[in-house]
Amino acid sequence: MNALNTTPVPIEKFTAVEHRFGNTLPLLHEISHALHRLQVEGTVTTLDLNAVPFGPGDERQLVDFLGRGEVSAKLEAMGDSHIRESRYSGVWIVEHWNTSGERVAFQIEITKLPALLEAQQEDIAESLLMLQAALENARNGASV
Amino acid sequence: MVDTKTKTLGEILRHSGVSRRGFLKFCTATASMMALPPGMVPAIAAALDKARRPSVIWLSFQECTGCTESLTRSHSPSLENLIFDHISLDYHHTLQVASGDAAEAAREEAMHANAGSYLVVVDGSIPLGNPGYSTTAGFSNLQILEETAAGAAAVIAVGTCAAFGGLPKADPNPTGAVSVRDIVTDKPVINVSGCPPIPVVITGVLAHYLTFGTLPELDQYGRPKAFYGTSIHDRCYRRPFYDKGLFASTFDDEGARSGWCLYKLGCKGPMTYNACATAKWNEGTSWPVESGHGCLGCSQPDFWDAGGFYNALSIPVGELSRTVSYATAAGLGLGAVAAGINHRSKVEANRRHGEVTVDDLEKTS
Repeated sequence: MNALNTTPVPIEKFTAVEHRFGNTLPLLHEISHALHRLQVEGTVTTLDLNAVPFGPGDERQLVDFLGRGEVSAKLEAMGDSHIRESRYSGVWIVEHWNTSGERVAFQIEITKLPALLEAQQEDIAESLLMLQAALENARNGASV
Repeated sequence: MVDTKTKTLGEILRHSGVSRRGFLKFCTATASMMALPPGMVPAIAAALDKARRPSVIWLSFQECTGCTESLTRSHSPSLENLIFDHISLDYHHTLQVASGDAAEAAREEAMHANAGSYLVVVDGSIPLGNPGYSTTAGFSNLQILEETAAGAAAVIAVGTCAAFGGLPKADPNPTGAVSVRDIVTDKPVINVSGCPPIPVVITGVLAHYLTFGTLPELDQYGRPKAFYGTSIHDRCYRRPFYDKGLFASTFDDEGARSGWCLYKLGCKGPMTYNACATAKWNEGTSWPVESGHGCLGCSQPDFWDAGGFYNALSIPVGELSRTVSYATAAGLGLGAVAAGINHRSKVEANRRHGEVTVDDLEKTS
C-alpha cells in the first residue's frame, strides 16, 4: 500500500481556500467547560478531533490558538506520537501516527497528565523480570 | 513463531514486542476509527486483548472493484495490520494468489472450518434477470451467495451496489439487479453503502466485530449508526453559510471562491447520511465538498435515479417531472399529454433495454 506522498503521480499543492468557517470557536468553548470540570471535579475529558467537521484552515486556527506550553513529549510505539501541552495548562494536544507515517488519531486531552505518558502496569511487571534476569546473569559472571 | 490462528490479539502483539503503551495507542486509533467515544478505550483494550481472528470470505458480484480499491487505501490502523493480523481473509478474487479450483477450495474449506462463525463480505449487486450476466467458476452470483451465506454469522454488504443495487439497478435495471438484503433474509446483513464506501467505515465495521463479537447498531437502511447517523449537511463545515443564506450559484462565482454552501449547485448533503465530512478521503486530505463539488448522495438508495447531480434538491426530479409540473400549471388537459409522454418514454426505454440472453452474448462475443 502506498501513501499519497510515495505515489509516482504528482500531487498538486493543496489549494482549498482557507477561511474562518466558525467551527473552531464552539470547540474552544467545549475545551473551556472541560478545563473547568478538571479544576473543580478532577474530571478528565478527551475530545476526538477526527469526529469534528473541520474546514480548510479550521485545524490550523485551533492549533495556533492553543499554542505551545512547557511540556512536549514524543512516544515511539507502533509509530510516533506527539504529546504536547498547550499554552493553557491542563490542555494537551495529542497526535498519533502509524508506522507508515500517517496520522491515525488527533485528540485534545484535558487532564493533568495524559495517561499514555505514565508507565503501564504490564510494562512495569515485564521490566522488573528483565532487570532481575540481568542481575542474576551478573551474579553468574556476565558483564553488566 | 506465534500461531496467529489460535492466539489472541493481545498475545500476538506482546509476542511481537509491542508495549502496553503501544497497545493502548492502537486502541485509541481503533476507537477513533469505529467512531466510538474516547472513553471507550479501556473497554476496547480489554476486548481486543482477548480477540481472535475471524474468518472472512469476500464475494465480488456486479461491481467495478472500486470498493476493494477503497479498502486497500484504508490507513488507520493500517490495512496490513487489519487483514494479516486481525482477520483471516480466506477468499477474495482480487487479492488472493490462488485461482481456479484452488480458490474455490479455499472458500469451501473456510466455510466448513468456521461454520456458523465466519463473516461474508459482498461487493456488487446480484443479477436475477439471467444467471449468465455474472458468474464465478460456472456458478451464478445468486448460487454462490446463497451457498456461502448459509453458514455465515453475518453478511456485510459493502458499497451501494451490494447494499441497494447501486448503478446496475439504475433505471431500467437491465440485469434485474437486486441487493444482498433482497436475497439474504435469515442472517444479519450490515449495509456499508457508498460509491465507494469510505475505507475507514469498512474497516471500522470489521474492527467492531473483531472487538466486541457483535454487530453495530443499524439505521433504517441497515447501516451502522456510528457512521451514517447524521447527514452530510449537519456535519458540513459549510453549514454556517447555509444558515446565513450564502450560496455559490456557479462553480466560479464569488460564492464558490469564498467557500459558501453548494446547495444551489445540486449538493445532496441534506438528504445523504454518511461520514465523509469528518472521516474525509485520501488519508484525511479532503472530501468532495471541501474540493468545491456538491455531495452526489452516493450512500443513499437509488441515488443514480434521484434527478440531476447539479439540480438543487428543491427542483423536481428529472426532466419528465419538470414536464409534468409545467403541464400542471397549464391545466389538466396538458397533464394528460404529459402522462402520455411518460408512458411512451417507458415503452421506449424498455424497447432499447430489452432482455439480453446468453445466446445474445455469444453472438456479440
